Amino acid sequence: MGFSLAGRRLFAGAAAGVVLALGAATGNLALAQGKVLKFIPEADLRSLDPIWTTAYITRNHGYMVYDVLFATDANFKIQPQMVDKWEVSKDNLTYTFTLRDGLKFHDGTPVRSADCIASIERWGKRDVFGQKLAEMTDTWTAVNDKTFALKLKKPFPYVLDALGKPSSNVPFIMPEKVARTDAFTQITDPTGSGPFKMVKDQWVPGSKVVYVKNTDYVPRKEPPSWGAGGKIAKVDRVEWIYIPDSATAAAAINAGEVDWWQQLPPDLIPVLAKNKDIKVDNTDPLGSIGILRFNHLQPPFNNQKLRQAVLAMVDQNDYAIAIAGDPKNGKACASFFTCGTPLANTAGSDALSGKRDVEKARALVKESGYKGEKIILMTATDQPIVHAQALVTQEMLRKIGLNVELAASDWGTLITRRSSKEGVDKGGWSVFHTWFVGPDITSPALNSPLRGAGDKSWFGWPTDPKLEELRDAWFAAQTPADQKKVAEEMQKRAFETVPYIPTAQFIIPTAYRTNLSGVIISPVTFLWNVEKK
Amino acid sequence: MLRYTLKRLLATIPVMGVVALFVFSLLYISPGDPAAVIAGDIATEADIARIRAQLGLDQPYFTRFGTWLLALAHGDLGTSIFTNLPVSRLIGQRIEPTAALTLCTLIVAVGLAVPLGVLAAARAGGWIDRVVMGISVLGFSVPVFVIAYGLILLFSIQLDWLPVQGYTSISEGFVPFIRHMILPSIALGLVYMALIARITRASMLDVLAQDYVRTANAKGLAPRAVLTRHALKNAAVPIVTIIGIGVALLIGGVVVTETVFAIPGIGRLTVDAILRRDYPIIQGVTLLFSALYVIVNLLVDLSYSLFDPRIRY
Repeated sequence: MGFSLAGRRLFAGAAAGVVLALGAATGNLALAQGKVLKFIPEADLRSLDPIWTTAYITRNHGYMVYDVLFATDANFKIQPQMVDKWEVSKDNLTYTFTLRDGLKFHDGTPVRSADCIASIERWGKRDVFGQKLAEMTDTWTAVNDKTFALKLKKPFPYVLDALGKPSSNVPFIMPEKVARTDAFTQITDPTGSGPFKMVKDQWVPGSKVVYVKNTDYVPRKEPPSWGAGGKIAKVDRVEWIYIPDSATAAAAINAGEVDWWQQLPPDLIPVLAKNKDIKVDNTDPLGSIGILRFNHLQPPFNNQKLRQAVLAMVDQNDYAIAIAGDPKNGKACASFFTCGTPLANTAGSDALSGKRDVEKARALVKESGYKGEKIILMTATDQPIVHAQALVTQEMLRKIGLNVELAASDWGTLITRRSSKEGVDKGGWSVFHTWFVGPDITSPALNSPLRGAGDKSWFGWPTDPKLEELRDAWFAAQTPADQKKVAEEMQKRAFETVPYIPTAQFIIPTAYRTNLSGVIISPVTFLWNVEKK
Repeated sequence: MLRYTLKRLLATIPVMGVVALFVFSLLYISPGDPAAVIAGDIATEADIARIRAQLGLDQPYFTRFGTWLLALAHGDLGTSIFTNLPVSRLIGQRIEPTAALTLCTLIVAVGLAVPLGVLAAARAGGWIDRVVMGISVLGFSVPVFVIAYGLILLFSIQLDWLPVQGYTSISEGFVPFIRHMILPSIALGLVYMALIARITRASMLDVLAQDYVRTANAKGLAPRAVLTRHALKNAAVPIVTIIGIGVALLIGGVVVTETVFAIPGIGRLTVDAILRRDYPIIQGVTLLFSALYVIVNLLVDLSYSLFDPRIRY
């Protein structure tokens, strides 16, 4: 039995015909939807509430559907966004804000002062910077529907910085009825006044989020610059298509099924770079910062000498390569404030950027009185950036004679275990790694691990009253020069007491089809201004 | 038979009760805290504690189990901790892609495996037999994701015939639906084809050695009639059993396939829920799967009487 040559040709012809017909059918469907931007986001959108969670994917969703009063631009200046004009009283105690004309929520109702006040108050209950602003606030008052005033208890020079904060939690403006939700209860209504509207009934968690252009949005006239300037939606519809498998995501963008893949794993960069229809790009000018965090409550890293021993060993170039693969995507950054931002400095940084000294480290280990106690180095194998750092650290700690055990798990388990304050014999931990996006650690107000408030500090719980005093001094500093000086003092102190160690500054490249233009260079991925040909 | 069916259906209730208790207890003692996942990396310990309390995760075991069981008795599978959407809605969104993938895979697997198994048995020891068994070994040995990537490379990247990923509902048209189903069904179907083909061959060889088959051949019946009407029907019981087991195994197999082809099905819903400790989803899906296993087993048992008149319930 067998097919004749003619039969095989007939079969092949029929198969090709079917395939072409199938292709034509789906092509027509796409045309009917207008310009659709298909985007693979960094993660799956799980929560719609950017105040309830600090997850970056929810922050990015927030930027799609909400607008902000102020925003940070590419020169680190705070620019008005929903606000048209504002005034500060001579005693610096009262700020009066007036909204722009024509601002409307997606349900057609106008944005009012009451909406802004309720949104800021809810944000102030969750965000670290917002909490500081709330602490300084006497009252928020609606003067009329378009004008509202903030009265402070004492002068606070960071009001606009707080309101223009670019990363989690961003003070997005929501309708008052939504913003009145308890800050610890998740909102479910995505109505905002931003440049895109979420089509909630087409949301398939774990797979797809659909947004359409908000045709009522009134953009500012200025050109876009980070989160500031005109937010002009240049596509009719945006589809976030979550593809968890990176090989499939690469195949999808190669085949043109998606237009943009937000974050590329290092091993696939050369593969995509070969495709002339794809641009592999770095759109994040600040990148992210890896960190090595100690448990300050338990031996052996409750000992400053031992933390200093580790600091003497950390070679940021090793971490940069381990995380980013390609040296051009990772670099050393020996500052506790994101390199490339105004407060980044070199005070005390010799401890991290100077010659790496194994002998000095071993001497410090000896001085610390370390007696071979077990060190639990937690790692999450489903988080490549965390795991790459942990492997470098494991090797490094062994070199100076520390008894290190790698505790590998998934990220969900790691973040649960890190809340344990017990010793390692009772399920506790000694060291773990994570990373922060650049904007999250640009100042003492934002840098969560750079605290010395003991139990109130971020996981690891360092106690350092002097560091806290300096932080308070930074909040009280009235001029940029004074602020910078205090930030330098804080950094010097941090290189002595070592609350954590910055491991490297790295970027995660993005890839988009060359028929896209207008991609905004920014530490947050914004989808306005992007045009598809 | 009706009485037997009802008895079996009633027996599913205690089975699911045990499953519910087991799953709930397992999740309770397993490490991981959804509140920590929700809060994000920058959140403080106090934030996480507030979220835990708000979600009721700080309640004792019996309180939580009782609350969940009570809601379940009212037909409420609960609400996803993360998305705040009802679990029944999330499962409803995902069931069509998984059902479609399972059905298409079964069509591919059974449609190829049974004829190939019969053919291999009829030509036992010959080259057709060796080729079929070779393909079976290959189907068993090569992981689904390797086959899947190979198919994507050939048919989506090189030939540009079929889409790499995604799912289109049949309600949006049969053509886009089937375009998205072809590669995943083949990738997943090959494994089950291998399994069913081997069992079909073995079962057929057993039957073909029986006296009545020799008699049928001696009577001068056409070989095709002997194979299909006499032998295959009598060899059907183990084949149907293995297809039933295959359906159960498919539920596990779809996880990899759905991940590789980015199909928003139940498998991915489950894996995502486990990774982020979304307990209500894990509990809901596990209950659904256990019910499916019981029903598939029941259907397999009932189908025996169609093929073998000696089996009566």
